[in-house]
Amino acid sequence: MPELIAEVERLSLVIEIGGMPVRVNTTDPAFLGLLQDRYAGFLSDSGRPEIAFDVELAPPDWDDIEADVQVTQRHGRWSLKRGDFRAEWEPATRRGWIRQTASPYSIDAVLRIVHTLVLARQGGLLMHSASAIRNGKAFLFAGVSGAGKTTISRLAPSDATLLTDEISYVRKQDSGYLAFGTPFTGELSRSGENSSAPVAALYLLAQGPENRIDPVPAGEAARSLLANVLFFAEDEELVQEVFHSAFEFVSRVPVSRLTFVPDARVWELIG
Amino acid sequence: MNKLYVARNPRVAARSLDGEMMIMSGQDSTLFTLNKTATILWQAADGATPLDEIVEHKICPEFDIEFAVALQDAETLARELASHEILQVSEQPIPPRNAASGEAR
Repeated sequence: MPELIAEVERLSLVIEIGGMPVRVNTTDPAFLGLLQDRYAGFLSDSGRPEIAFDVELAPPDWDDIEADVQVTQRHGRWSLKRGDFRAEWEPATRRGWIRQTASPYSIDAVLRIVHTLVLARQGGLLMHSASAIRNGKAFLFAGVSGAGKTTISRLAPSDATLLTDEISYVRKQDSGYLAFGTPFTGELSRSGENSSAPVAALYLLAQGPENRIDPVPAGEAARSLLANVLFFAEDEELVQEVFHSAFEFVSRVPVSRLTFVPDARVWELIG
Repeated sequence: MNKLYVARNPRVAARSLDGEMMIMSGQDSTLFTLNKTATILWQAADGATPLDEIVEHKICPEFDIEFAVALQDAETLARELASHEILQVSEQPIPPRNAASGEAR
């Protein structure tokens, strides 16, 4: 006699970004395949994930598909919402769930948000910037959309390791910072390398008639960095942590303005 | 005229960098950069010192300005900062538990 109740096969993988392994469980083989493709290079065999998410695939909330992201905390449980996903995560138990469409963009957003929350407690940051390693040092290139993050990434010489063309992952370590590669892509649509190096400089990007590096006053450096930090949570304590982290960063990492013309010679100034 | 007391709102984060005071609201992440007068006011806003004393001892010595004019400007400024929830303004001293201890770090 056949089994009346078939056990649903549980499929999972571990995505490790910035040294933080996150297990994702799903019951959908096609979605698992999609994740394997999307996060190739960032998959880990870590048996001790920091967080485990159970993913349930569901249609989007058509009533509010354009809803902005909303991140709130109540009784130690984070709630993450956008038109295309809902998620909860409880840091104490290291467990959470995601209800989303079968889109990599949804889980990308959830992972970004979760990493910002974890980093905020540790003095680290996710920021709108490209980053690359050259000569063993990491360089960050910050700017809003159109400032040149993709361009500077595209112009990187062959001896540079591109960490990301869109969202840099910066973790505090000892008296400095480490930059990690991320799979979070911009217009280049190319995942960064899963590598890391000590941060040597942050450049604020500007396009102009010549390649040059100019010093930036400390106050402007802090304001510019804050303008490029990714943080989504409506949480006073964590907002204050991120604010202070940005000031710590500019007190330890040189910040300059990099004005460049869009050709490869700009990299002669870097590294 | 009643005395006014001003106190830093504990729900904001503040940092001074090269003489520039920056404040971020913890509620909506709005960033404010204070000018010199506002910085003096912020730093002196302990909830216990009346505004007129702050003006007399901290603001007037820094600027060539009459006390009455400076006090009026300072009150306007204090109320504006209060409207952004950076400062608290009261006609009574503001207890320390409700006031930030100064630059947070």
